[in-house]
Amino acid sequence: MLGWLKSPASDTQVTHGQRLWLYVFAGVVMFLLVVPTLIVIPMSFSDSQYLEFPPENWSLRWYRNYFGSPEWMQATATSLKAAFLTMLVATPVGVVAAYGLHCCGVRFVQVAYLALITPMMVPVVLVAIGAFYVFVKLSLLYSLTGLVLAHSVLALPLVIIVTGSALKSYDMNQELAARSLSAPRWKAFLTITVPQIRFAIVTAALLAFLTSFDEVVVAMFISGGDNPTLTRNMFNALRDQIDPTIAAISTIMIIITSVMMALAQIFGRGTPEK
Amino acid sequence: MADVSLHMPHSDGLRRDGRLERLRLFGLSSPALLMVLVVLVIPVGWLFYVSFIGANGQFSLENYERMIERKSYYRIFVTTFQVSFLTTGLCILIGYPLAYFMSQLPNRWANIALITVLVPFWTSLLVRTYAWLVLLQKQGLVNQWAISLGVWDEPIKIVHNMTGTLIGMVHIMLPFLILPVYNAMKAIDHDYLKAASNLGASPRRAFWTVFFPLSAPGLLAGSLMVFVLCLGFFVTPAVLGGGKVIMVSMKIVSNIELFVNWGAASALGVVLLVLTVAILWVASRFTSLSNMTGGGH
Repeated sequence: MLGWLKSPASDTQVTHGQRLWLYVFAGVVMFLLVVPTLIVIPMSFSDSQYLEFPPENWSLRWYRNYFGSPEWMQATATSLKAAFLTMLVATPVGVVAAYGLHCCGVRFVQVAYLALITPMMVPVVLVAIGAFYVFVKLSLLYSLTGLVLAHSVLALPLVIIVTGSALKSYDMNQELAARSLSAPRWKAFLTITVPQIRFAIVTAALLAFLTSFDEVVVAMFISGGDNPTLTRNMFNALRDQIDPTIAAISTIMIIITSVMMALAQIFGRGTPEK
Repeated sequence: MADVSLHMPHSDGLRRDGRLERLRLFGLSSPALLMVLVVLVIPVGWLFYVSFIGANGQFSLENYERMIERKSYYRIFVTTFQVSFLTTGLCILIGYPLAYFMSQLPNRWANIALITVLVPFWTSLLVRTYAWLVLLQKQGLVNQWAISLGVWDEPIKIVHNMTGTLIGMVHIMLPFLILPVYNAMKAIDHDYLKAASNLGASPRRAFWTVFFPLSAPGLLAGSLMVFVLCLGFFVTPAVLGGGKVIMVSMKIVSNIELFVNWGAASALGVVLLVLTVAILWVASRFTSLSNMTGGGH
C-alpha cells in the first residue's frame, strides 16, 4: 500500500500519495452523480406518507396507487406511444437526411446541417410556445400527431449527429463498388451502408425514444385534454406537493431508461456516446 | 471519377447528371428540413413578429420597453445570469478535476467511470429533479443526516430557494461539461508532459503550461454548452426554486399560462434567443460546434 502511494502516477512523476485528494474528490463526485437519483427506488417501497430512508415498513401501496389510477395509466400509455412513434419518425427521417447531406457535396450543406441541429440550440420554451401557436392553427393541439411531430423535431439533431459521425468514419467506396456492380443507389445504401452503421442507427433510435419519453416543457404546452403525457402529469403533481406515487413512477422510469441504456451499450459499441 | 469523365465525349451530359444526382441526394434531407421549418422556424418567426405588436394591434416597441422599464424584468434577467454563471462555475470546479481523473485511468477503468457520468445523462431530468426535492426537503435525508452527524442543529431550508436550484442544476449540467473536457484530455499526447518534465518543469508548471492549455478548447466548449443550456432552463428552477428563483423561461411560461400575454412572452423569447445565438456565435469562433454537441470527432 505504502509502495503504491509512493509510486509515480502521472507523466510528470507525481506520486499516487500526492494526489490522493484527487481520487477522494473524484470518488465523492461520482457517488453524488449516481446515488441521489437511485435513492428514490428504496423510498418508493415505503409504507409512509412521508418519503423516508430507510423505510420503516415496506409496502407496495404507491405502486398500487399508480397502477390503479386510470389517469396515470392513460398518461403512461400516451408517453410510451409518443416515444415509440417519435422513434419511428425521427430515426428514418434523420438517418436519410444525414446520409443525403454526407454524400451530396452541395455548397449549402453546412447551412442545412446547421438548420437541422438548431432544435438542440433553441431554448426549449420557445419551441414549446411556438409549436403551441402553430398547432392551434393546424388543429393539432392535444393530439398525438402533434406531440410526435414536435418531439421528432427535438430528436432529429441527435439522430443526425450520431448517424453523421458514423458516416464520417465509413468508407463510401464500398457503396460505389456495389453500384458499379449495377446495384441501384437505394439498394447499395440499404444492403451495404446501413448494416455497417447499424450500431449508430440503433443508438440514434434509442436516443429519439428517450428524448420524447423524458420531455417536459413542450409536452406541457401541446399535450393535454385526453392526451397528457406522463411527464406533464408528474410535473404538475410536483408543483403541488411531494406525492410518494411520483417515487414509484420515477422508479419505473429509471428502469425503462436503464433498459434502454443497456440496449444501447450492447448494440451501440464503438459509436460515440450521445 | 470526375477527372476521367471530363475527357470523355459525353462529359457535359455526365456532369449534368452528376449535378442532378447531388441535388437528389440533398433532397433526402428535405423531410427533416420541412419538419424543422413547420415546428421551429415558422413559429419562432411568428413570435418575432408578435413581439413587435402592441396591445392596440399596431407596430410598437412596448414589449421591449417594458423589459427595460420594469424592475421585475430586470431582476429576472439578473437571476437568470446569476444562476447560469454560478452553475457553469461550479460545473467547471467539480467537472474538470473529475474529467482529469478519468483521463488518467487505464481504458477499462475509465469506461466504468464514464458510466457514472452517462447514467445521470440518460436518466430523466424530471426524475433527477424530483430526487433532489425529496433529499433536500426539511424532513429530507440531507437534513436528517446533517443533524445526526452534528453538522447543523435544526432542519435548514436547502430547497425551494437558490441553494436547491443550484444543487439540482449543477447535478444536471455536469455531464455536459465533463464529456467534452474528457474527450479533449484523452486526445492529449502524454509525450508532451514527459518532455516538459524532462526539461525540468515542476509537475505543477507542466500541468498549467502544457496540459491545461491543450484541454482548454474542450473546457470552453463544455462551459459554453452548460451556460447556454442554463439560460433557457425551466424544469429544475421551477421545481427546486419554489417560486423564489424566477428565470426568463419561467416568466415566458407564466406570461402565457397566467396572463395570456403573447407580446410580452414573445419579446422575452426573442431576447433569450438572441442571447443564446450570440453566445453560440462567439463560441463558434473559438471552437467547432460539433465539439460542443459531442459528435463528429
